[in-house]
Amino acid sequence: MSVTRPLPHDAARLHVTGEARYVDDIPVPGDGLHLAFGLSTIARGGIVEMDLSAVRAAPGVVAVLTAEDLPFANDVSAAAHDEPLLAQGEVFYCGQPLFLVAAESHIAARKAARLGKLRYREKPAILTIDEALAANSRFEGGPLIWSRGDAAAAIAGAAHAIEGVIETGGQEHFYLEGQVALALPQEGGDMMVHASTQHPTEIQHKVAEALGVPMHAVRVETRRMGGAFGGKESQGNALAVAAAVAAALTGRPCKMRYDRDDDMVITGKRHDFRIAYRAGFDGAGRLAGVEFVHYARCGWAQDLSLPVADRAMLHADNAYLLPAVRIESHRLKTHTQSATAFRGFGGPQGMVGIERVMDHVAHRLGLDPLEVRRRNFYPGAGGGLSAPRSPAASPPEDISGQKKEPGVTPYGQVVEDFVLHEMVTALEESSEYAARRAAVAEWNAAHPVLKRGIALTPVKFGISFTLTHLNQAGALVHVYQDGSIHLNHGGTEMGQGLFQKVAQVAASAFGVGMEAVKITATDTAKVPNTSATAASSGSDLNGLAVKAACDEIRDRVAAHLAGRFQTEPRKVHFEAGKVFVGGEEMRFAEAVRSAYEARVSLSATGFYKTPKLAWDRVRGVGRPFFYFAYGAAVSEVVIDTLTGEHRILRADILHDAGASLNPALDIGQVEGGYVQGAGWLTTEELVWDGKGRLMTHAPSTYKIPACSDRPDIFNVALWQNENREETIYRSKAVGEPPFMLGISVLMALSDAVAACGPGYPALDAPATPERVLAAVNRVARG
Amino acid sequence: MSTPVPISLVVNGEAHDLVVPPRKLLSDVLREDLNLTGTHVGCEHGVCGACTILIDGRPARACLTYAVQLEGHELTTIEAVAEGDTLSPLQQALHEEHGLQCGFCTAGIVMTFEAYLRENPAPSEAEVRDVLSGNLCRCTGYQNIVTAVLKAAEAMRGGRGA
Repeated sequence: MSVTRPLPHDAARLHVTGEARYVDDIPVPGDGLHLAFGLSTIARGGIVEMDLSAVRAAPGVVAVLTAEDLPFANDVSAAAHDEPLLAQGEVFYCGQPLFLVAAESHIAARKAARLGKLRYREKPAILTIDEALAANSRFEGGPLIWSRGDAAAAIAGAAHAIEGVIETGGQEHFYLEGQVALALPQEGGDMMVHASTQHPTEIQHKVAEALGVPMHAVRVETRRMGGAFGGKESQGNALAVAAAVAAALTGRPCKMRYDRDDDMVITGKRHDFRIAYRAGFDGAGRLAGVEFVHYARCGWAQDLSLPVADRAMLHADNAYLLPAVRIESHRLKTHTQSATAFRGFGGPQGMVGIERVMDHVAHRLGLDPLEVRRRNFYPGAGGGLSAPRSPAASPPEDISGQKKEPGVTPYGQVVEDFVLHEMVTALEESSEYAARRAAVAEWNAAHPVLKRGIALTPVKFGISFTLTHLNQAGALVHVYQDGSIHLNHGGTEMGQGLFQKVAQVAASAFGVGMEAVKITATDTAKVPNTSATAASSGSDLNGLAVKAACDEIRDRVAAHLAGRFQTEPRKVHFEAGKVFVGGEEMRFAEAVRSAYEARVSLSATGFYKTPKLAWDRVRGVGRPFFYFAYGAAVSEVVIDTLTGEHRILRADILHDAGASLNPALDIGQVEGGYVQGAGWLTTEELVWDGKGRLMTHAPSTYKIPACSDRPDIFNVALWQNENREETIYRSKAVGEPPFMLGISVLMALSDAVAACGPGYPALDAPATPERVLAAVNRVARG
Repeated sequence: MSTPVPISLVVNGEAHDLVVPPRKLLSDVLREDLNLTGTHVGCEHGVCGACTILIDGRPARACLTYAVQLEGHELTTIEAVAEGDTLSPLQQALHEEHGLQCGFCTAGIVMTFEAYLRENPAPSEAEVRDVLSGNLCRCTGYQNIVTAVLKAAEAMRGGRGA
């Protein structure tokens, strides 16, 4: 079977030779045009005058479009219809597209786009969380509040209480391949679009609206993206729509590629959050009640902010049973880029909140934070699993982890698959956590300048789109008469290895080698009405849709052969490139040929929808997730208390990918996710000036992790754990969950800072050297 | 000043006579005029390393170089690294060791280390990490790239490995 094998990425050979074709590499017919947006230079105001005469007169310019020139819908929003492609009289953030230039070359378009003469009537911009709160500038009217039990009473009645605030910054996706789309006009007003997008169906939908045509007149193809991370879920709409509109208007192919600075200035990023918390707990650190108030800075348009903020609430518990909890979530509208999907989709922010509480509780009680975390874990999964514990560290009344009723999340979902007791114990041993924690303490006692810190944090991440209807997928599989297989599904490839995993599923279904399966580009003309490849759902959804299609064809071939050889279909087996029928065997190609000649259809669609989901987001009650994926990481860091500089010395990770479809690809997701998560919380700092201008709009000023930032020692392993739910070969989703393993770095930094004095570090993120230094000085003061 | 000028470039051993605007970047000339799209444009200001090529055997950023500066120099791009269907040891190792995900940074990394491993055939892991820090990768976390480079170095020295 091809599944479970650590095969390389399907395009690895194409990547190492430079042959792999991204959208910008697709040959464009000679008369192709290149597009660029003219951008707003203020954050908020009315447009008094837009003089584009110099733009039109610039060399190479063929057309210049404003909102008035758009024949149909002027909207590139994901859902809320609040995001015009080109500003209509008013601007809402600095960097907002105002007009569109089509020119003979990329550079000509970019140069011309700078020549617009704009006069604005500037209005005060709302840029920060505090300004938005003061102005009551928000989405959804008021805050969304979910609660379970009486948190305030539980906190009031608890022996100990803490309160605090943590801020987490946003994050630029920094996909290495910037946003890009290419529109090729077809006969009869049809449009072909190649887009670097996680969501071809949405591109098709938005392009159709903008052209005033039915969706059937628009075809969108995506072979691969050069990274996406959520940043190409909705943020590619503007480029594709612009290219299609310009192509329809000029009758010429149009390509739009943001240069890096424009990309960072125009597109949305991860939501920055402020989380205020209050918690009550007993002397062992066991929580009685917790209250969170989330403030999410959503930017100027709604985009995906509501589900992102929901998911932050849904992960406010992370791995911990909260007996009484209240979560209040404010979705604040500001005049900044419209914050959007980013790996974890609010989950990381919500999780940082509770991990901060754990850290703070442990500091207050003088306990090892790991012990406090473990005491608050959800009970272990059923089946008699008893979590191994460290008896010396456990108070006698602590019974969590023993066999008992499973825990219930703040939103009422029963946690049936909790495996963190076992995983954390295994990781604790493999990473030598206890010995290293003692060594860190020893080091810190002996060294006044460099301080070390260590932390183990867990991840429990809910798998499924929280908008339940998105949990569906389709596939199209053809078997040709020579036995070769054409594979297509609605998922998109952004580097995560989805195409290879799904091809492994197809090869396994037919019992053939990988070379028999042709992976093909995602194409709205082959599989319609797809969901974005997001929410880590790619393999789960598309794997089962493909399996359904393959099984359908295989069953037809089996029925045909059973008839021909006078046996039963269930006695026909497909294995090792052969088909076994009773005592006969033949090559797969021969079996297929036989079926073809018997006029058996060798093409099928497949469909899958995730079962068991039921979710009421307003009340915050139900089962939004099919299952949970788990992980845990130990990070050890060192800080320089004179400068605040720091590095990660070692990371040990154990991650649950279920019965992995491809351990090599999954480990790649885990390593990359951890480093990206650590980047979010340490070096990646977005800075806007007082006018709402993004000052960090290139990698010269915005620092994603380089190789020198990764841990010196980096041990990563998968936890062998069959999914208890019936997923594709019992695997688990792996795209987003490992991102949150990076939280261990922030907590290790907190541990290191805590060694500098009696105070609690209260470290905000990103924990840049400046913030670490400030925290060092704060705790030293007590 | 923006009048196109004739230049002769030797790219991957082949001479090309082109007429290009003086301010046209080498990355654009390679991609648009020569259709060598394996050189990727990432950040467009010399930080990410995706556009790394070799000029006279030394790594350089194609996005920071004007094509007209290169008259008389020998350029090598990713397209010339494999010999026919045979991958170089470095390419082979990156393939086998899962040293890539989305692949967009891969060509630049290959070019950086094709040059580096010739200069230093037996690098330490620390040296590889140091050199790799000039190429950004957003997907992998770098671990497998380092492993692949070390494996390639060993193979090129005639040891086991790729």
